[in-house]
Amino acid sequence: MAESLKRRGAIVRAPENFLSGDQIAAVGAGRRDFLRQAMIAAAAVGAGAAMPARAAEASAGDPDILNLPPWSTTLGKPVASTPYGSPSKFETNLVRRESPGLTRVGASSVSFAPLQGLFGIITPSGLHFERHHQGWQDVDPARHRLMINGLVGTPKVYTMDDLMRLPSVSRIHFIECGANSGMEWGNVAVPTVQYTHGMLSCSEFTGVPLSVLLEDCGYERSDGHYVLAEGADGSSMTRTIPIDNALDDVIVAYGQNGEMLRPENGYPLRLVVPGVQGVSWVKWLRRIEIGDQPYGTKDESLHYVDLMPDGTHRQYSSIQEAKSVITTPSGGQQLVGQGYYTVTGLAWSGRGAIRRVDVSADGGRNWRRAKLETPVLSKALTRFNIDWEWDGAPAILQSRAIDDTGYVQPTMPQLRAVRGSKSIYHNNAIQSWAVAPSGEVSNVQVG
Amino acid sequence: MSRLVKRGALAIGLAAAAVSPLLGAPNLGRPATPAEIAAWDIDVRPDFKGLPAGSGSVMQGQDIWEAQCESCHGTFGESNEWFTPLAGGTTAADQKTGHVKSLAGPDVPQRTTLMKLSTVSTLFDYIRRAMPWTAPKSLSDDEVYAVTAYVLYLNDVVDDAFVLDQDTIREVQGRLPNRNGMSRKHGLWLASGKPDTANKACMRNCGDEANVTSSLPDYARDAHGNLADQNRTFGPVRGVQTVAPAPATDAATASSPAASALLLAQDNGCTGCHGVDEQILGPSFREVAKRYEGKPESIGKLTRTILQGGSGNWGEMPMPAQDHLDDAQADALAQWILDGAQ
Ligand code: HEC
Ligand code: HEC
Repeated sequence: MAESLKRRGAIVRAPENFLSGDQIAAVGAGRRDFLRQAMIAAAAVGAGAAMPARAAEASAGDPDILNLPPWSTTLGKPVASTPYGSPSKFETNLVRRESPGLTRVGASSVSFAPLQGLFGIITPSGLHFERHHQGWQDVDPARHRLMINGLVGTPKVYTMDDLMRLPSVSRIHFIECGANSGMEWGNVAVPTVQYTHGMLSCSEFTGVPLSVLLEDCGYERSDGHYVLAEGADGSSMTRTIPIDNALDDVIVAYGQNGEMLRPENGYPLRLVVPGVQGVSWVKWLRRIEIGDQPYGTKDESLHYVDLMPDGTHRQYSSIQEAKSVITTPSGGQQLVGQGYYTVTGLAWSGRGAIRRVDVSADGGRNWRRAKLETPVLSKALTRFNIDWEWDGAPAILQSRAIDDTGYVQPTMPQLRAVRGSKSIYHNNAIQSWAVAPSGEVSNVQVG
Repeated sequence: MSRLVKRGALAIGLAAAAVSPLLGAPNLGRPATPAEIAAWDIDVRPDFKGLPAGSGSVMQGQDIWEAQCESCHGTFGESNEWFTPLAGGTTAADQKTGHVKSLAGPDVPQRTTLMKLSTVSTLFDYIRRAMPWTAPKSLSDDEVYAVTAYVLYLNDVVDDAFVLDQDTIREVQGRLPNRNGMSRKHGLWLASGKPDTANKACMRNCGDEANVTSSLPDYARDAHGNLADQNRTFGPVRGVQTVAPAPATDAATASSPAASALLLAQDNGCTGCHGVDEQILGPSFREVAKRYEGKPESIGKLTRTILQGGSGNWGEMPMPAQDHLDDAQADALAQWILDGAQ
């Protein structure tokens, strides 16, 4: 394990490091070879078990119909055999995973959600992506407190008992790390949608609107213009949030998808800052301070600052602009044969609701409008799908989101023209997946 | 009722209000005491609001650095082992302009902390709240001043006789190599901000034929493991086989004591500090095995060290007690390590 990680780590260390110019040149030169090998591998797969339903035996029919399986002929398990249910034993492939070589230690790292196998818009809580800066903690709710201080009438302390008695809301919102797709600014670096886009999740969050708490502490609009949120873990993560944003739709949340937050997601209390990058959604939230200036904390001065070609960093970059990605079929997948497919994916915008998603199968020359599955909610993931007949020819699949401000998701060259390729954060470019004649789908960039 | 409550009520949903009108302030929670606020409100702002009294010299900072920081960040703050380097990469000219020149252009080197730092409060505030990484908030304010001074010294922002305190920190601000390097002129701070790209939703015959400009190199094909194992085995797609199938392992080895001991070590955070073959904060497990080779009686001592922690056997860094383990688990781990951590 250690050995293979080391070797992999040497390949792409991202997001601060990218493939070298030489390596990229090698990619260009070796591409044909690469495709041929992919096809050989695919042919091997085709000969094996991965292709569609086993051919019916001789004449009689499908043995899976003719011979009754054990689950049809035996007694099943009793209720509550697993008091907190778990997924089927056949679902072990879809789990959170780290991207080898991305970070150096597990307690300051990322695990990515397996978007390639998820349906609809809600991320199962156990598959929600993780990003911790100083490990995760399982905080005792009876000993957890929320303090509100700074420019408020009365600084106050709340217990979980207090907070859970206050008026609550439940809302569905996406959360995306500002560094999602950050490895791909310079070139293709990772193979699948889990690693390109998996710092993305969407849940129903339940909690108290921050505006209700600030009102309860006697906050007056004229007093302070910035909110500082702080966590109770070792990192005591802090982030500044402008007051307009904070009063608009920010929630001090304890619930996630009908249960309490998971410890990795901030149990028992986290901030939900719709539309804004994940780092501001402070976990294990212990304190809210109101001030008249931004706070310049480590994760808004040294990180989560976007390097521009002129050498300045954009500070307090927060909003996640409209973005979309096709999740099936996507990189690292193999189509099971020619014919009909439903191409499906996710679209979202930090500025509102998704108005439209278009899909192209020819690398962006021609587009068709996809169906949006309901619900279509503001600052939430929206699921889209569209039918597609694959005739075995090479194709390049793309999706393009348009939000209700009219903003159209940009191409990678458009983004690079403004921001260069070193900014790490806020890459919302159109994603391209190449489908080879073998049916293998791979991550590519087009220009 | 103030404007704020109206907004709150709106957010909660007027339907609920129609059933039971808001009764007024909920009157939950209680006032925070000054001592409570002092205990938690430790943030220091760029204008130095919140900066505590105290002082510390570069010389004092060096002692703290060597004892509590160097093991992860390197002697000169150059280490890449745990995190990106803290110091280095700036010039005397950068200190004059307040812009780190090498950040511009396509060939930016790996960025160190001091290449990005624009407000010295950030460094002080962060060390005070979060470092050392495994024992955050353990430093006194004077110690934070001292070790902050030392990090600045490592980057030539101050000299070796410098003493950092509430006054001198203001001078330091004026010398930071990247103090003028941040911009808020962009559309991503507020929801109402203006985007910096303007794509058009063209539908037919848009632009030129797509040209593939980048794809994953063949040598990186298996860098993320076997993608076949990261997808379902039914449905419209399979994961691509990127790794040759492993020879079938028989059930016995999969659940062998050795395999489960490695899992136990991973689950209990041991492998954050010990590699099987590689020294991290503590010695590699194989090194430990080598030292105690032929001394099976050391099992008791190792079990005790695992449960209670230990120090001085391998270096400066102590091993914290692992008392979340029960005796049997500690014993199994010690036995596995003694057996060579196979
Ligand atoms: C056990 C290893 C370890 C020790 C010991 C340690 N650090 Fe760190 N340090 C880290 C890690 C890991 C990070 C990154 C945390 C994150 O991801 O946010 C970090 C981050 C930092 C940063 C912020 C760098 C940046 O660019 O964001 C500073 C400054 C820092 N450490 C200073 C110190 C000082 C001073 C000490 C000693 C008092 C110390 N560290 C001890 C591991 C360590
Ligand atoms: C925070 C880092 C850290 C963690 C976590 C940690 N260790 Fe250690 N360990 C160390 C250090 C440092 C030493 C060297 C101490 C010394 O010099 O005596 C050490 C020493 C040891 C030794 C050698 C003791 C001796 O007397 O020679 C063993 C065995 C050991 N650790 C096992 C474990 C096991 C098993 C776990 C998990 C349950 C674990 N360690 C977790 C840091 C750690």
